[in-house]
Amino acid sequence: MLGKTAGGLYWMFRYMERTENLARLVETGERIALTRGDGTDSEWKSILSTAGVRSAYMEHHDEITGDAVIDWLLRSPDNPSSVMSCVEAARMNARTVRTALTREVWEAVNECWMVLCDTLARKVPTRDLPQVLSTIRARSAFVRGALHGTMLRDEMYDFARLGTFIERADATARLLDVKYFVLLPSIAGVGSRLDNAQWEMILRAVSAEGPFRQVHGNTRGAREIAQFLILDGRMPRSLAFCYTKIGDNLEYLLRDHGIRKPCHDLSDEICDRLREMSIEDIFEEGLHQFLQDFLKRNAALGHQIEQDFRFYR
Amino acid sequence: MRSDSLFDEMYEPDGSPRAAYADFARWFEAEDPKRLRAKAREAEDAFRLTGITFNVYGDPDAGERLIPFDIVPRIIAAREWAKLSKGIEQRVRALNAFLHDIYHRQEIVRAGVLPYQMIARNEAFLPQMVGVDPPGDIYTHIVGIDLVRTGPEQFYVLEDNARTPSGVSYMLENRETMLAMFPELFTDNRVQRVSNYPRNLHASLSACAPPACDGVPTVAVLTPGIHNSAYYEHSFLADQMSAELVEGHDLRVVDGRVAMRTTRGYQPIDVLYRRVDDDYLDPLTFNPDSMLGVPGIFDIYRAGGITIANAPGTGVSDDKAIYSYMPEIVRFYTGENALLENVPTWRCSDPDALAHVLANLEDLVVKEVHGSGGYGMLIGPAASKKDLKAFRAKLEAKSGNYIAQPTLSLSTVPIFANKGLAPRHVDLRPFVLVSPNGIDITPGGLTRVALKKGSLVVNSSQGGGTKDTWVLEEE
Repeated sequence: MLGKTAGGLYWMFRYMERTENLARLVETGERIALTRGDGTDSEWKSILSTAGVRSAYMEHHDEITGDAVIDWLLRSPDNPSSVMSCVEAARMNARTVRTALTREVWEAVNECWMVLCDTLARKVPTRDLPQVLSTIRARSAFVRGALHGTMLRDEMYDFARLGTFIERADATARLLDVKYFVLLPSIAGVGSRLDNAQWEMILRAVSAEGPFRQVHGNTRGAREIAQFLILDGRMPRSLAFCYTKIGDNLEYLLRDHGIRKPCHDLSDEICDRLREMSIEDIFEEGLHQFLQDFLKRNAALGHQIEQDFRFYR
Repeated sequence: MRSDSLFDEMYEPDGSPRAAYADFARWFEAEDPKRLRAKAREAEDAFRLTGITFNVYGDPDAGERLIPFDIVPRIIAAREWAKLSKGIEQRVRALNAFLHDIYHRQEIVRAGVLPYQMIARNEAFLPQMVGVDPPGDIYTHIVGIDLVRTGPEQFYVLEDNARTPSGVSYMLENRETMLAMFPELFTDNRVQRVSNYPRNLHASLSACAPPACDGVPTVAVLTPGIHNSAYYEHSFLADQMSAELVEGHDLRVVDGRVAMRTTRGYQPIDVLYRRVDDDYLDPLTFNPDSMLGVPGIFDIYRAGGITIANAPGTGVSDDKAIYSYMPEIVRFYTGENALLENVPTWRCSDPDALAHVLANLEDLVVKEVHGSGGYGMLIGPAASKKDLKAFRAKLEAKSGNYIAQPTLSLSTVPIFANKGLAPRHVDLRPFVLVSPNGIDITPGGLTRVALKKGSLVVNSSQGGGTKDTWVLEEE
């Protein structure tokens, strides 16, 4: 398969994953704005940081308001990481790799684009926001469903999955890093009103409220949340889960190609750290330092995969 | 154009359906127009979802457009098709023989049949191809012959497309759409299949593998990229053939072969079905500014390291000036009279012809010798005084650039319009595959239809649509 095709699949699914994560972030911000009277501006600020678009937003706006942030995150053509920009990019990549996709996957991504072009053609009124966000999530779920249900499990599938999990690991780690200070056990007064709001935001942003309750009951603590989203291999948006998948997909590529490449070593190092460290070890190292290190390694792995499988050269 | 002489393919002048359309007409009359309208919208949605769209050149804001699809099929009887396909096969054989000759001994010029300047002054003639022997001696692996009809037995060739004819994906998708929307039609009518085309294309290309190929030939499709108006077709054909869809920057010359960059390193390509014009194929040999091609591919081609389909330089056989010589060309290489007629053509490079054309401009169609897509042409009867005057000036300034033809009374086939069936002018592009194993013509082809009442321009870039084209099985 062409290196370009591998790159196209990888990016197509990175952008689809990013689309979905953005919808969750917006939903979380809106929920907090509606249910908590205080400190919502700072919530939108941290949502911009989590999406990695805060400085770009500030270049185009004078102040942070819920309306403007939502529009920036969902529709702005000036924001290369808005939902609309991501879906455009995903579809563009899908068109370049059309021959590698099944008809179902192509139609799912094309329809996602057509529906969102329509839905996001105008500024979304607040009363329509829940409907619009659920459309975004449903459309990206169709794409994933078509991928699972129809694509051959060969290297094409591996690259699609690698893009998904590199992006997801990046998103979860960034979310935690933006909020790391509320997860530090020494600072937080356990169960305070502020912490509860912050923790709710974190869990909502990764659709983890229900799963967390199933595992930890109603006891919410910083330690448990950090443990759940970093190390719990059952939680599909945790760093550990993402890296189990990345490890598997790289392993399939190794078997398929018969050659071990530098990206395999990078991935193994990250996997080992996530397997061997306890949440206490992580707090001891420093949560922020740990997450910063993780983000760097995750990005480096992405670059290494691009080189090892000749996406561009 | 006289309307009393119009030939409608579906209806006799007395309003009764012709034999080939009898079953269809019966079905259509029994259908609820509301249901048909809903189906037509459904078809449009399906095309959009599949992504069968094209970009209009020079209009970046237009976005992606659909070519309108009309649900009334164009139906050709088995007997009519048998006659047509014989004529097409003869013409395609002559085109290949002509190309071989032009790039070798030029016997046709020596014999005085074709003037030397027709070659020497032809922009599409590639001196670099002289003496080159393409694998299997095939120049035009894929050909599209544009036909028009004016009467029950009267077909004309309007144009030969020997470079990179497009539209075959519409032929295939139109049929798929009709099968999905109106399956019942295909139980009443026995329609010859078109769906083998991609497999036949792959087999034809593989049969022309170069000497350097050992084992199963690797076929790839070369596209200029996703911004090209025919990108959908390129990806469709690559997908259907299970071939890689490559762009220039995926390719490079490695160890005397043209190779593509895969996730496992560079792998050689044996046959390249290129949808990139000659000029852009190799910056080292042709246009040095081209970013679409592969530096050095032409040397590899000459050395037998790769097959390029169609061969470089085939354009010399299909421009509109050479077209006017096709009856002589067919006779010269096949020893037979052409089975398919040419439209009478005045070459404006000839002073007598030019005088005739200038005197009768309002009755003629004038085309650029190297034009395509319906651009840069004048349709005399439809043109304003101003247009005529402007074109007269162009003709006088660069007469060698133009040919002229009478306005033909193109046949009509009804479309399903708002108020029911309405006749519209059509043409037909059958697709032909050529390999050392023989000539394969897909029964049917692409019917293009001018959707505007009275219009003769069927090009998709200028408001034309398409129809599914049926060739019926023998009774």
